[in-house]
Amino acid sequence: MIDQFPLHWIPLFPLLGAAINLLIGRRLGRTLAALIGCGAVAAAMLLGWEATWQLGHAAPSATFTGALFRGTWIHASDGNYSLHLNAGLMLDRLSAVMVLVITSVGFLIHLYSIAYMEADAHFSRYFGYLNLFTGAMLILVLGDSLPVTFIGWEGVGLCSYLLIGFWFDKEQNASAGRKAFIVNRIGDFGFVLGMLLIFAATSTLQYSDLSSAPALAQLRRPLAIPGASYATFAALLLFIGATGKSAQLPLYVWLPDAMAGPTPVSALIHAATMVTAGVYMVARLHGVIEIDPFASGVIASVGAATALLAATIGVAQKPIKKILAYSTVSQLGFMFIGVGTRAYTAGMFHLVTHALFKAGLFLGAGSIMHALGGLEDVTQMGGLKRKLPITRWTFLIYCLAIAGIFPFSGFFSKDAILASAFGFDFPELAIWPHWLGHAIYAAGVTAALLTAFYMFRAYFLVFGGEFRGPPEVHAHAHESPTAMTIPLVVLAVGAAGAGLLGVPEIFHPEMNHFEEWLSPALFAPTLLHHSAALEWGLMGLATAVALVGISLAWWLYGRGPAPAVATLAARLRPLHRLVENRYYLDEVYDLLIVRPLRAVAYVFWKVIDALLIDLVLVRGLALVVDLFGRMIRYVQNGDAQRYVVGVVLGIAVFAGLGANWVAWRAAPFEVEMHGAEVTVRAHGAPVGAETRPLKYQFDFGDGTIVKLPERAVPIASHHYQGNGTRRITVTAYDPRWGTHSRESRLVEVRTR
Amino acid sequence: MIPVSHFLALGAVLFAIGVLGVVIRRNAIIVLMSIELMLNAANLTLLAFGRARHDAHFHALAFLVIAVAAAEAAVGLAIVVGIFRNRHAANLDELTLMKR
Repeated sequence: MIDQFPLHWIPLFPLLGAAINLLIGRRLGRTLAALIGCGAVAAAMLLGWEATWQLGHAAPSATFTGALFRGTWIHASDGNYSLHLNAGLMLDRLSAVMVLVITSVGFLIHLYSIAYMEADAHFSRYFGYLNLFTGAMLILVLGDSLPVTFIGWEGVGLCSYLLIGFWFDKEQNASAGRKAFIVNRIGDFGFVLGMLLIFAATSTLQYSDLSSAPALAQLRRPLAIPGASYATFAALLLFIGATGKSAQLPLYVWLPDAMAGPTPVSALIHAATMVTAGVYMVARLHGVIEIDPFASGVIASVGAATALLAATIGVAQKPIKKILAYSTVSQLGFMFIGVGTRAYTAGMFHLVTHALFKAGLFLGAGSIMHALGGLEDVTQMGGLKRKLPITRWTFLIYCLAIAGIFPFSGFFSKDAILASAFGFDFPELAIWPHWLGHAIYAAGVTAALLTAFYMFRAYFLVFGGEFRGPPEVHAHAHESPTAMTIPLVVLAVGAAGAGLLGVPEIFHPEMNHFEEWLSPALFAPTLLHHSAALEWGLMGLATAVALVGISLAWWLYGRGPAPAVATLAARLRPLHRLVENRYYLDEVYDLLIVRPLRAVAYVFWKVIDALLIDLVLVRGLALVVDLFGRMIRYVQNGDAQRYVVGVVLGIAVFAGLGANWVAWRAAPFEVEMHGAEVTVRAHGAPVGAETRPLKYQFDFGDGTIVKLPERAVPIASHHYQGNGTRRITVTAYDPRWGTHSRESRLVEVRTR
Repeated sequence: MIPVSHFLALGAVLFAIGVLGVVIRRNAIIVLMSIELMLNAANLTLLAFGRARHDAHFHALAFLVIAVAAAEAAVGLAIVVGIFRNRHAANLDELTLMKR
């Protein structure tokens, strides 16, 4: 452990920038707002590179530690558990990779945004949100415990919501933001439950503790179902969180809608960084996740299913950002195949290369839309290669990278994932069939074929053939300004060359720097090693598949949509419609979840809110008050003489009550019986009125009446003759006011 | 010697007449006079008790009431005159400004 590095400044710089831009940004002017926004991220980036540089020169398992603030963050305990947490930060080789991606790609996107958002009225608010996002994402990856990560996790969710709905004056954008937020919240609920389960099992949430043998032994304890352990449920719950944040089945539906936000936001949040948080989390907690192979199998299978499903949808989309969105969902599926089959370095490698080429693709799409005045539909474009040369060449590089063509970066990362999936089985658990690895591989290869196809379909539709949209749009089309093309070029260099960081061993025995870098952090990488022949074969197959996809795209779309496209679509009409409409999954969710929820909400609104609260409690109460007010107003009529009548009558009532009070209190009595001998004791005048000359009369109910003189002690005795029920009546008389009161009671006389 | 109860009865009658005057008559000046009557009824009752009990406290209290009554009459009449100058009315049922 080393802690000489001021880690907290890495997230604090962007957060500071966010505070400035959100609080006083409007008064700063555009230049200053952009300078602060980009400068904050640049500072974080330089710090991040410096930290990584120092980390590289320390021991392989070295870790920088720090804290967001000094002192205790959470301190809570009861009899069984106690939680003591600092807002701790930690930089190891895994989080260093994430920090570099976030800050470097983030800085390029900030730079790009200056030109892209130039004409927007809410320029400083945009940079404030973008900085806030960067800060939250850095807290997410730097957190040294699950709660700190969770703060960042929620922070990026919030910023995602704010930025998707950035142009909230359009209802469609605002509702896309809400959808993203709500779907993410569903996933976050799983994250919280997983976190609580881990805490219940191990009494700690610190990552450093969670990779220790005692904590892992605690997590291996069985829970609920035979064969399942704490780790099984914890891993699955955390993975639910990951499916929300990283847009996997069944919670991926928010990501395509998230394209309502500004395009650089899609590049930063919904392609390069935030959506990879789930992959990072699985890699970070791989010690917990891989305890139960069932969970790993679920992760890999969900990843494969998502990769395939999203790729098929991507084939039939028309808006360029939707194509890229489904492509992102599909590529995230690839990453989960990687981390699910325990090839964490491969998954992380694909995360890095994907961040480069997908951010580039989105920025390229933004550049295209910028040139065409916001036109999104690729079937309306075409022939733009002469108008947008830089965008075109960089876009081509990104497409080659994502399609997995040697030697572009996607080739190496996708190959590593597919190689680890091929032949991977989960020998410890019979629940997964032995062919699962092969099935996942097959799905992955098919998805790779579709990826190459839909990306080059988009490329040819945009840049090949002739322009098919409105002519005046074409006349106006122009290459984007330098602030936008520089990031495109830098990212293109990265997308082309990043693969060389992770060259597999069969090319060169000592060039897989990426794996070498990460293996100390991912302390037990259980990588499959195939024979050289098999690896060459898999590589050849992947390349062949990519080439087939590209050729198919060229054949169908190379010079604009070929007639074969329409024929094919007509022949496969049901399939085409199914894919074009995203398998009607949104509609199914709408029917199964949204509508019932809305119905329940409607009932609550109408019955509880409108009827009970508004009508009965609020208006009903007001009605009662109003009614009494109307009645009382006749009393308060402003005529002083009537008030006097009220005063006089009131005094008369109280005087009358007061006059009777003494007598009322005097008459109640107690009875003491000893066979036929009875003693009646009246209460007498109350305290303060003892001097009142009361007279008492005792009627024993058998004809005997005892009268006492004034001021006598109110006690009388009598001897009954024979058994039976008798009524005793006591009368108290106040001669001064002429008032009296009377009490009577039945008694049972029983002689021995 | 006249028994105390006679004085008390006279005081009660005077007080009742005063109350009736306050409640029934509209003219503010008559109402003020009725209030004086009530105060004097109270004085009479106080003096009757003072005589019966041979206690000078009652007499002192009666003097206090006379002083207060004098002040009340002065202020009350001034108010009535002021109101009459302003609103050309001295009838209580016409002075219902607070209601509106």
